[in-house]
Amino acid sequence: MHIGLFVPCYVDQFYPDVAVATLELLESCGMQVEFPSAQTCCGQPMANTGCAEMAVPLAERFVEIFQPYDFVVCPSGSCTAMVVHHYDHLFSGEKRAAFEAVRDKTLELSQFLERYVPAEKLNFPSFPHRVGLHQSCHGLRELRIGACSERMVTGNDSVGELLERVPDLTRVTLKRADECCGFGGTFAVAEADVSVAMGLSRVADHAAADAEVIVAGDMSCLMHMQGLMRRDGSPLRVMHLAQLLCGRSIDINHDAKEQRR
Amino acid sequence: MDRYQSRRKGTTTMKSTVDHPTAAKPFVANQERMKWHDGALWFVREKRDRQAHSIPEWEYLRELASQTKAHTQANLAEYLEAFERQATAAGAVVHWAADAEEHNAIVLGLLQKNNVQRVVKSKSMLTEECHLNPYLEAQGIEVVDTDLGERIIQLRDEPPSHIVLPAIHLKKGDVGETFHEHLGTEKGASDPKYLTEAARQHLRDRFLNAQAGITGVNFAIAETGGVTVCTNEGNADLGASLPPLHIACMGIEKLIPRQADLGIFLRLLARSATGQPITTYSSHFLGPREGGQLHIVLVDNGRSSIRDRDEFREALNCIRCGACMNTCPVYRRSGGHSYASVVPGPIGSVLSPAADTEQHKSLPFACSLCGSCTDVCPVKIPLHHQLLAWRQEIGREGLLPVSKRMPMKAAAALFARPRLFAVAGWFGRFALRVLPHALTHNRLNTWAVARELPIAPKKSFRSWYRDQDRPANSLPIVTPDPESSPTKNR
Repeated sequence: MHIGLFVPCYVDQFYPDVAVATLELLESCGMQVEFPSAQTCCGQPMANTGCAEMAVPLAERFVEIFQPYDFVVCPSGSCTAMVVHHYDHLFSGEKRAAFEAVRDKTLELSQFLERYVPAEKLNFPSFPHRVGLHQSCHGLRELRIGACSERMVTGNDSVGELLERVPDLTRVTLKRADECCGFGGTFAVAEADVSVAMGLSRVADHAAADAEVIVAGDMSCLMHMQGLMRRDGSPLRVMHLAQLLCGRSIDINHDAKEQRR
Repeated sequence: MDRYQSRRKGTTTMKSTVDHPTAAKPFVANQERMKWHDGALWFVREKRDRQAHSIPEWEYLRELASQTKAHTQANLAEYLEAFERQATAAGAVVHWAADAEEHNAIVLGLLQKNNVQRVVKSKSMLTEECHLNPYLEAQGIEVVDTDLGERIIQLRDEPPSHIVLPAIHLKKGDVGETFHEHLGTEKGASDPKYLTEAARQHLRDRFLNAQAGITGVNFAIAETGGVTVCTNEGNADLGASLPPLHIACMGIEKLIPRQADLGIFLRLLARSATGQPITTYSSHFLGPREGGQLHIVLVDNGRSSIRDRDEFREALNCIRCGACMNTCPVYRRSGGHSYASVVPGPIGSVLSPAADTEQHKSLPFACSLCGSCTDVCPVKIPLHHQLLAWRQEIGREGLLPVSKRMPMKAAAALFARPRLFAVAGWFGRFALRVLPHALTHNRLNTWAVARELPIAPKKSFRSWYRDQDRPANSLPIVTPDPESSPTKNR
């Protein structure tokens, strides 16, 4: 399968290893992966700030860039949800068919692994740590990659199932399993006080559960929580799911030296 | 109206533009109280989860409720007329009000005609929306709110901070203080039993002396012309039964087609609102009591215009359970008063801009788009998508502040040029690495007031990828190698 790797703009610039790990992970499952370098940002910041019209050219470019691939895979629930759910209003007329084709083959990383990689290929290295899973809102409530506590339905749990396949990993139990971390894109700046309060209580939940590392499928939530933890000198670490599944060191995003390599 | 403004102690006045982040600041800053507020509402949300879990058909009920409401809205004129016919046949008098002003005038007219000086009123968000209390008080009529929470905030001259739990922002001690000042309870008292008993005695006197009772309406049934009022304190029943005159005020969206539909909504309402299986009192009024009068005021006040708008129509499904507020992580931490709006929280942030977009333009942004409100809503209003739709509407109307629009314009221009994006990224990361921490984490950088910026890596992913010498966009498609596995690769 020929996969177009869709890398969130801030991951490209600030957490390149998350994209490297995603690439390695997909290749190790036997996929042919390519990063089309013409991509930049999916346009979510503009659309969420009330400037959806500014996202139109970016959305059109996105469709053009990713058209040739069998699948588009992204290590972010939020950016995937932008394409899958929120591009809908941005396309009309003749460009619509091309958009729908790209939309239907765009998947978040754990979604792709769950649906298109045979289970026997999902063998991950040992990770002997206590892990708190932060269920990112857009993955959860837009893409439905996990069960939401509000809904009385038994849903799938892509990320949870992947973590269960990791030898020696211990999942900690959180008091609020799927509460928002408070990042919310431009919300983090526009409503900084509330955003910070939300983040701190999210971090406190993980700390109280005695987690060593907060793991999520979205680096943006982790960037926000990591920013708070660094300021407070918390020993908690953050890791993207792809990094964990690739067997990266628990310090990968924590240790400045390691991150700057 | 001016007297209502005076009810906004410490919050933005009604007509000035609400700036949610600024209004939320003092509430968030009081860490201890903010955490207590968050915990109190999360406790209700958890109770709701347990109750919802106890019903296997929960999601089916939500769907049914949503469809019933959609159907009612689609045929609203017919159902309203049927309701009027049936209610009139049962002996009630139906009045129509286009807006708040007309509503207030109708109520005042009824009170004056019956020489009413003292009114008891059970909880009604509609009368709050129409600012009925200050209007009647200005005419020399005494209005006493009989819901305990409402009475507490009425004594404190504050607006409700939640539609179901109007005094949730107050602690026992605050109530003790208020009652000491107004009802003469012991100073420093905070025992809920003692305080409730004091309120009970105080209200009993008001009930017995009232000449009219005003109630809200939770559901109005087109088929029968009956109205249903749900309370946990029985105060609506006393208010509607003791005085000879009962005025029930309702928004036109409260209508449901048949008596048989009521069961769906009663099962959803209390579970979603407070995590109870059902409200303690669900009272049904069909026509006036013997020798009394029942007047029902049907109010539009902007509802028809919401009904006309495809993106926001479903907001009229709202049954005012407050579940979206209880679950909203922003509401829980910023408090209801930060919305400076009759209905706060997610549903309020959808409804308020419909009434006055300019005034409430910051509310759709007081949301991290987590989507929990949408999933918790018993009538399936896609709340977070509506908030997102409001943001676009606010953008289209040119109401976005320059501080929001300009950075987005710049970013969009940058993202349209991949090379420039790569260069800008390099400069940004370089600056972050070489500049002193104090310069990159200055007070003007809102992110960094409480958060560190990420550590800037030397290389972006795109530059790493280029260095790998992988041919871009021209790879032949090859069959996956079944031998490779992540463990072997590493």
